[in-house]
Amino acid sequence: MAVLAAGCIKPKKTTSSGEGQAPAPKVKDVILVTTTSAVDSGLLDVLIPVFEKKTGYNVKTVAVGTGQALAIGEKGEADVLLVHTPKDEQKLVDSGVGINYQLVMHNDFLLVGPKNDPAQVKGLKNCALALQKVAQKKCIFVSRGDGSGTHKKEKSVWKKAGVTPGGKWYQESGTGMGQTLQIASEKQGYTLTDRATFLAQKQNLKLVPLVEGDAVLLNVYHVMQVNPKKFSKVNAEGAKAFVKFMVAPETQRMIGEFGKEKFGQSLFIPDAGKKMSDLAV
Amino acid sequence: MGIIGQGLIEALRLIFTFDSEVLNITLRTLQVSGTATLISVFIGVPVGTLLALKTFIGRQAVVSLVNFGMGLPPVVVGLITWLLLTRYGPLGFLGLLYNPLAMVIAQAIIASPIVMGFTIAAIQSLNPKIRLQIMALGASRFQFLFLILKEARLGLLAAVIAGFGGVISEVGASMMVGGNVRGETRVLTTAIVLEVSKGNFEIATALSIILLLISFIIVAVLTNLQQKGKLLA
Repeated sequence: MAVLAAGCIKPKKTTSSGEGQAPAPKVKDVILVTTTSAVDSGLLDVLIPVFEKKTGYNVKTVAVGTGQALAIGEKGEADVLLVHTPKDEQKLVDSGVGINYQLVMHNDFLLVGPKNDPAQVKGLKNCALALQKVAQKKCIFVSRGDGSGTHKKEKSVWKKAGVTPGGKWYQESGTGMGQTLQIASEKQGYTLTDRATFLAQKQNLKLVPLVEGDAVLLNVYHVMQVNPKKFSKVNAEGAKAFVKFMVAPETQRMIGEFGKEKFGQSLFIPDAGKKMSDLAV
Repeated sequence: MGIIGQGLIEALRLIFTFDSEVLNITLRTLQVSGTATLISVFIGVPVGTLLALKTFIGRQAVVSLVNFGMGLPPVVVGLITWLLLTRYGPLGFLGLLYNPLAMVIAQAIIASPIVMGFTIAAIQSLNPKIRLQIMALGASRFQFLFLILKEARLGLLAAVIAGFGGVISEVGASMMVGGNVRGETRVLTTAIVLEVSKGNFEIATALSIILLLISFIIVAVLTNLQQKGKLLA
């Protein structure tokens, strides 16, 4: 009965691009695959309920490492992606899997380490140089080692530093950011972290920020839908609505406000409508 | 006070204020693991009984396989179930991925061999004379099975306890096929992992205490049932 009744109440117009008050969506579930860092910060817990209320969709947020997120997207197993490894994302866009690719926001990475700073990197403006010093002194460095966006960022900075990290001092945790920070804190080592996770956990850590503000440390989030022309099972309408929501002025305002109350600073800087090249500080 | 102490206080607060999210997660945990255990009993007990009573070629190999299955790594079960249930996987048309039912399936796969193995052990450890005695009394096939299972009830309840214990404590498979979606597939174990990765150790400890508490209560009820049965016999 319920099914029959639901069938009778058809949305007024399904072809319009969804202006005005939300028509009941045809397929309710939208699978959003995103990275653990986006979920761990708590930002999505604020944004998703607003989106669901506005549009009537039901978002299934699945948090995985960036590597897994992109792989899932590539197989058409997600409807929409929110990820932060522009270089790898570009491959998805180029192959036609990712469409409606939009810049959403950024935050930044920090090199954090023990207060006594044995590698003496505090205040350096060049993160690659700082890593060179860490490697020279063989100070403990804890890497995510999980193929996540943060891990990829770390590897790119090592590359820039011209160092192939390895040996006893370079330890791969294979866990999320939160746990990696804990490990670095326990071992009094250095690690690269996103600002949001670090601020959220600061009170539990014996680590301080040492290097920040280097352009190479920007952490840029994009949203994209998975191309329904390639994968017919994708919830295209829902994904489109989500992308539209993420770059809408009201959402962008919420992103900018997020975390101000708790940490005294914004965790994310809204960037909708900008280009990657605008971001280089 | 350490994290454990704070966790204990937080746990009490969450329990006694009936925190709606924690309540929701706890109920879903019971629902998913309870259903999975029930399914595993419906599969494990009949198959286990058959394997314990029938003799056929290759029986020993099958029993070895069941015993091997008792230790299936949940994360492997999760991965395989995930691959089967993905949109473009063989069972993708069912649309079950990231739904509680997907977790039920994965957990039932984990619990079934456990229940099966315990059932085989329970029936085979009965005194063989009992079988002869039941048959000598002229029991029908159905009566025979009923009486055998009744005799083995101590071991069968142990099977249920072990199966339930295996799935309620499991996290790898639930995380993979459920996706830990808030309000839908988040159960106690996956919520604990999330809170740890967020650095909220007090809440993680509190959820752990709640998980231990409910699994203790359920096992205690089952044990009570088991031991009462023993006294009556």
